Amino acid sequence: MPVEKTRPVSFACVEERDPQLDRDAVFEANDSLAAAKMAVRSLDLYYKDFHALHDVTLEFPEKQVTALIGPSGCGKSTLLKTLNRMNDLVEGCRVEGDVLLDGADAYRTLDPCVLRRRVGMVFQQPNPFPMSVYDNVAYGPRTHGVKRRAELDEIVEESLRRAAIWDELKDRLKKSALGLSGGQQQRLCIARALAVNPEVLLMDEATSALDPISTAKIEELVGEIKRDYTVIMVTHNMLQALRVSDKTAFFLLGDMVEAGPTEELFTTPKDQRTADYVEGRFG
Amino acid sequence: MTWYVSNPATLRKVTLGPASDDSGRFEAPAHTTSALALRGLVYVAAFVVMMAFLLIMGYVLANGLPALTPDLFAWEYTSANVSLMPALVNTLLMAFLSLLLAVPIGVGAAIYLVEYAKRGSRFVALVRMTAETLQGIPSIIYGLFGLLFFVSMLHWGLSLLSGACTLAIMVLPIVMRTSEEALLAVPDSYRQGSFGLGAGRLRTVLRCVLPSALPGITGGVILSLGRCVGEVAALIFTAGSIAAIPDFAGQGIFALFDSARTLAVHMYVLASEGFHIQEAYATALVLLVLVALLNAGASALTKRLRKDN
Ligand SMILES: Nc1ncnc2c1ncn2[C@@H]1O[C@H](COP(=O)(O)OP(=O)(O)O)[C@@H](O)[C@H]1O
Ligand SMILES: [Mg+2]
Repeated sequence: MPVEKTRPVSFACVEERDPQLDRDAVFEANDSLAAAKMAVRSLDLYYKDFHALHDVTLEFPEKQVTALIGPSGCGKSTLLKTLNRMNDLVEGCRVEGDVLLDGADAYRTLDPCVLRRRVGMVFQQPNPFPMSVYDNVAYGPRTHGVKRRAELDEIVEESLRRAAIWDELKDRLKKSALGLSGGQQQRLCIARALAVNPEVLLMDEATSALDPISTAKIEELVGEIKRDYTVIMVTHNMLQALRVSDKTAFFLLGDMVEAGPTEELFTTPKDQRTADYVEGRFG
Repeated sequence: MTWYVSNPATLRKVTLGPASDDSGRFEAPAHTTSALALRGLVYVAAFVVMMAFLLIMGYVLANGLPALTPDLFAWEYTSANVSLMPALVNTLLMAFLSLLLAVPIGVGAAIYLVEYAKRGSRFVALVRMTAETLQGIPSIIYGLFGLLFFVSMLHWGLSLLSGACTLAIMVLPIVMRTSEEALLAVPDSYRQGSFGLGAGRLRTVLRCVLPSALPGITGGVILSLGRCVGEVAALIFTAGSIAAIPDFAGQGIFALFDSARTLAVHMYVLASEGFHIQEAYATALVLLVLVALLNAGASALTKRLRKDN
């Protein structure tokens, strides 16, 4: 599908600038990319011959919540899955450009398993394993070699506490996780992701399958865990982005249209398309 | 800012639908003649199945129970007592050996096809089609193959080993296909959850996918067990009909090359000779009970395995 590249307005004047200045700007940009907890640089992604992400450059500041918004099919999940290489599992998916974690190339210098331990993920549909609550949370630590029972016990309790669900579940650790409510399951999945002590947590519309009360609990939880983790969340709900996130990036048809502090993006968007979207004109 | 909530037109449509005046029409199906006829057919079908089961059970019980004497369970077979004990033991040995060969290979192949091979590749489709074709081949043809290959070419003779290998080949497609279906039925979200935590493919398969697929796989194994225990045609050609337990105590591993008559073959021999029809029924009864016990055992084992996980 041929997609016309629509660049942000600010880029238009770059060509007329002094080349030296230009090089400085690139250097500066790279420097800030390297300084962010996580970043993508000139990222292009193809599903077979479908060009799903076009030249995306974006940084995710440490211990902040970055929200990715945009209409369905604009590539939010695709970008998220690129960050922890879950896209490797998709047949025919090809990534060009760089993904940086702490300034280091995440694709070329890190083993995917290590990357996924450091960059955890929570999915749209709660997906607890068909095992006990305890075994769900202990799955990750066990994968990474924790064997001692006492240590596992400690990790399980700590993770469940961080996911604000310890009190609800402490008496049913041995019960199957499939018996929990949707909201509990999702918080269990967050606990499961936290149990491997990740640095970044990716959340793909983690509340879209939940009721308003569970959603509120998870939003509150995100506000808590951003003290220790860098959170990147995809959301359909612009109010949620407004409530929870520090930085927001707006996507449209595979392009990153605009990114900036959440307040600014919603109140004084630079791009007309962003303005239209936040005002609900895209539906 | 304006937040898009919902379209009032669709809302009204939704709430007004059931209240419209022709609503009664939609509650009718239970009383229409076609529905009644369908219901009748379902009852008839259920009745026929039940009757077939009860008739067979009753017939076998009525004929077999009287012949079920202690003599029939003597350790040594003689033409006087026509003991089924050696055949019973041989059946267990034969089924165990066959599954020992078929299950690891079949489940392994299924794991490869579902978890490792490229999804939707032509190779996978080819293997699947081959397995389906093999499943439809009559067992006597497997017997013929076993006779030519294991018995003659490899010089294994009519033996426990030839029989078990033949049966293993015969049930391999069943094990493979059912395991494959069971693995395919495991939601991808489990795999994603596991990969997302940094688990490798092997760990994901062993700790996350296989436990979920276990009931389905056991189903296939039970099906195969039934085929092994009930098989006659393929075994007459490959395992022979000597009614004695292979002498493992004396010959060790070489006892695998002894001929071994299983219960089903035993029953076939008794019935075809025509001198011991009553005993053949008794054998059938024992065979039925054995199959029921094996199935129950396999199910119980699966439940245990699942709980441990
Ligand atoms: N596995 C895939 N194979 C091919 N195309 C895909 C695949 N996943 C997503 N896409 C396409 O990529 C685009 C972006 O999808 P996605 O990232 O899921 O959007 P979003 O999460 O923003 O709704 C869509 O047009 C979608 O059809
Ligand atoms: Mg999505």
